[in-house]
Amino acid sequence: MRDAIARFVNDGDTVVIEGFTHLISFAAGHEIIRQKKRDLVLCRLTPDLVYEQMIGAGCARKLVFSWAGNPGAGPLYGLRRAVEEGVPRPLEIEEYSHFGMVARFAAGAARLPFLPLRSYLGSDLPKVNPLIREVECPYTGERLATVPALNPDVTIVHVQRADAEGNAQIWGLLGVQKEAAFAARDVIVVAEEIVLQSVVRSDPNRTLIPGFIVKAVVHEPFGCHPSFAQGYYDRDNDFYVAWRDIGKDRARFESWLDEWVYGVADRAEYAAKMGERRAALQARVELSAPVNYGY
Amino acid sequence: MVCRAARELRDGEVVFVGIGLPNLACNLARHRHAPNLVLIYESGAVGATPERLPVSIGDPSLVQNSLAVCPMTDVFYLYLQGGRIDVGFLQGAQIDRFGNLNTTVVGDYQKPKVRLPGSGGACEIAINAQKVVVIAPQSRRSFPARVDFITSPGHVDGAGARGRRGMPGRGPVMVITDLAVYGFTDGEMTLESLHPGVTLEQVRQNLGWEPRVAAQVATTDPPHAEELRIIREELDPGHLYI
Repeated sequence: MRDAIARFVNDGDTVVIEGFTHLISFAAGHEIIRQKKRDLVLCRLTPDLVYEQMIGAGCARKLVFSWAGNPGAGPLYGLRRAVEEGVPRPLEIEEYSHFGMVARFAAGAARLPFLPLRSYLGSDLPKVNPLIREVECPYTGERLATVPALNPDVTIVHVQRADAEGNAQIWGLLGVQKEAAFAARDVIVVAEEIVLQSVVRSDPNRTLIPGFIVKAVVHEPFGCHPSFAQGYYDRDNDFYVAWRDIGKDRARFESWLDEWVYGVADRAEYAAKMGERRAALQARVELSAPVNYGY
Repeated sequence: MVCRAARELRDGEVVFVGIGLPNLACNLARHRHAPNLVLIYESGAVGATPERLPVSIGDPSLVQNSLAVCPMTDVFYLYLQGGRIDVGFLQGAQIDRFGNLNTTVVGDYQKPKVRLPGSGGACEIAINAQKVVVIAPQSRRSFPARVDFITSPGHVDGAGARGRRGMPGRGPVMVITDLAVYGFTDGEMTLESLHPGVTLEQVRQNLGWEPRVAAQVATTDPPHAEELRIIREELDPGHLYI
């Protein structure tokens, strides 16, 4: 992880760590904090705790998003602090809806300058974000909203399993990772497990991202906590609830950062420090029915 | 409020489940009278049957035993914009007389009094779902005559406004609060029933405008023992929502 972040994430880059509640690479976010990357433009549908932590650590100058809360547990106080008080540094925001962000990644992935969608007309969002525009359909004449392509410098996705070349397989909630990866200049794949390519080839329908668009592959078990990895470990809802109080108080936030990010060398150390809590989140086994790829 | 909202859902309907109380109401309906209700979450779970009440709308319990799990591009382009959603079920921080919802800011956008989470998928759900049902605890502050910011358009400024903007769905058809149930007449909220023990005066005190009132105002059927049992024992034993 250290090498991948050092090599592919530069100060000032547009960085995407995607994963809709599921498979959020907190491990990558923490490594970016430890390497003191600065002036990043962070884009994600839901900033979640991972971007709140990165913003609170001073890594970002701008946030592009569509829903900024602590999912299921209230507001993101640290994010508000950055936007309203400029602490630890001023943060610019650019706001869409989920469909808008999804369409931005889809346009970026398809190397189109924009995509139309049926949203926004009648909403006040275009009034506060001039990049949400309208176009007249050349076929029907109707007015459609548009959003511009989003092409990140680097997209980081956590997956359940990948081979050494980065052929990456995900199951469970798929979010917008495929589009975010294809839209990016550089892709970093972080995997719970590194498997032989024969494992990937045994179930090719499950591959979301092909290795040939991937620049780096990182093996990082438990890399999503407090987010989850279906089939590996559950969402740590207690942590999300507890974060409300940590995020609210700048001093508590800083001491949390000192203990759990700066105070550990890497994710393996973080996971070890979690101790029994990690075991309690272990997923139970629920296997799907196998399919026959024979012909 | 939750029980009344749940009863609005019919067995077999396809419902796009918003964050918060809609999540509880939809799962109550599925447990009680609508076992074939198809719950779709913006996280991509289609036909979800969560065995625990999901804390967030991206919980792993939405995945296991669902009918399908799809990328979010499919959720928005194919299911929602494709016209496959019968009911969009939303909660708003603020709602006004035309059913416009605000989940973005209280006060001015640049200098907000309270910054709220933003749209998520609510803006496009409000525009594209065949119809929209809203659940919202009622107070004068949360029910102003005009919301500070339209995140998710209802009937915008009255009858015909949605059609002029090319919105595919009919928009809000019902608002359920902790005091009353409202329908819509010419795009405007209209009081249709009062919850047991609630007076018209109480409703007026908790509303930022003088409401339209239906010719016949009914009394809302109160929560049934079985509905309360399902909520308290099966769905939300940890009092996460209620």
